[in-house]
Amino acid sequence: MTADAHVEEHFAGSNKLFISIWVWLLVLTLIEIFLAYKPMPIYLMLTVLLGLSIIKAALIIAYFMHMKFERLSLILTIIPMLVVCIMLLFVFFPDSFRSAGLRYQFKEQPPVAPAVEEEP
Amino acid sequence: MSTEARVGHFPAVDWEGGALPYRVGHRKLGMWLFIVSDSLTFSALLIGYSYLRASNVWPTPFPFWPSIIFSSVMTFCLLSSSLTMVFGVSASSKGDKDKARKWILLTILFGVAFIVLHLIEWKHLIDEGMRPFFLPEHWVKVFTTTSGVPPSPLFGATFFTITGLHMFHVASGAVYLLVVAGRIKKLTHEDVEISGLYWHFVDLVWMFVFPLIYIMSVDAGHHLAGH
Repeated sequence: MTADAHVEEHFAGSNKLFISIWVWLLVLTLIEIFLAYKPMPIYLMLTVLLGLSIIKAALIIAYFMHMKFERLSLILTIIPMLVVCIMLLFVFFPDSFRSAGLRYQFKEQPPVAPAVEEEP
Repeated sequence: MSTEARVGHFPAVDWEGGALPYRVGHRKLGMWLFIVSDSLTFSALLIGYSYLRASNVWPTPFPFWPSIIFSSVMTFCLLSSSLTMVFGVSASSKGDKDKARKWILLTILFGVAFIVLHLIEWKHLIDEGMRPFFLPEHWVKVFTTTSGVPPSPLFGATFFTITGLHMFHVASGAVYLLVVAGRIKKLTHEDVEISGLYWHFVDLVWMFVFPLIYIMSVDAGHHLAGH
């Protein structure tokens, strides 16, 4: 077995493939703009938009950034670690919802007179 | 067990030193690691923005014209610049450096168009009265809730920080590509490919900034139409 330290110079993928990826990215962007004017609950809109964004990101990483044609070892070193770190940032959201409750619960509801506690 | 016995499972070229387990050069690996850390910077900023948005009354002031039209054309510019960059890298892999240089210069042109459009869009908002810590008075009036809670003035801070940092990345990418295009005869194909990785990453970040900052802040109910 010969030690072959040669870096692959070959750039896989045809121009036709890249143009079709570009068209897909444009179509997904147009869908996002269309969705902006569709009345829907904000959580549903956020989920759909993020889903489309993740598809777009995956297309860019896989084809434009050539990740699909790299070794599995490189993909496994970079992607799962990044996803886990981003997921860990979601730990802050319960605090965000909590502070919204602290700020607005009294303003959003009409104040109720406190019940008078009678001494026994 | 001798080393020879393990060769069958792990090719010596990869794990015995002096080789490339990832089949990429150290500079390309370095760029990938930079991209990972920069992704975390943008993730943290976007999640910080979402944190503020979820805990405050948030204005949704962007009109179809000019904000959404501008940001859509900007998205088109960045996506097209990615395509021309791929063509540049592809030409470079075939050894056609002159063609690669032309594609990279076209990429820079799209990048500069993005920055110019974005600055015009910023000027629209600044003229409206939007500042990092203040909202225009008519926005405050329109987006105050029926129970009298005003919208968060941090709208401007999150907008200018995130789009500003992204614009800075596009600008530095354009300078980087200009250097690559100028010195392309002296550079290897891998160097050109690495600059492409950075440029695609800038495009990738915009794929999250555009829906979260622009699409989620569209004035769909035309609340501001009369103002």
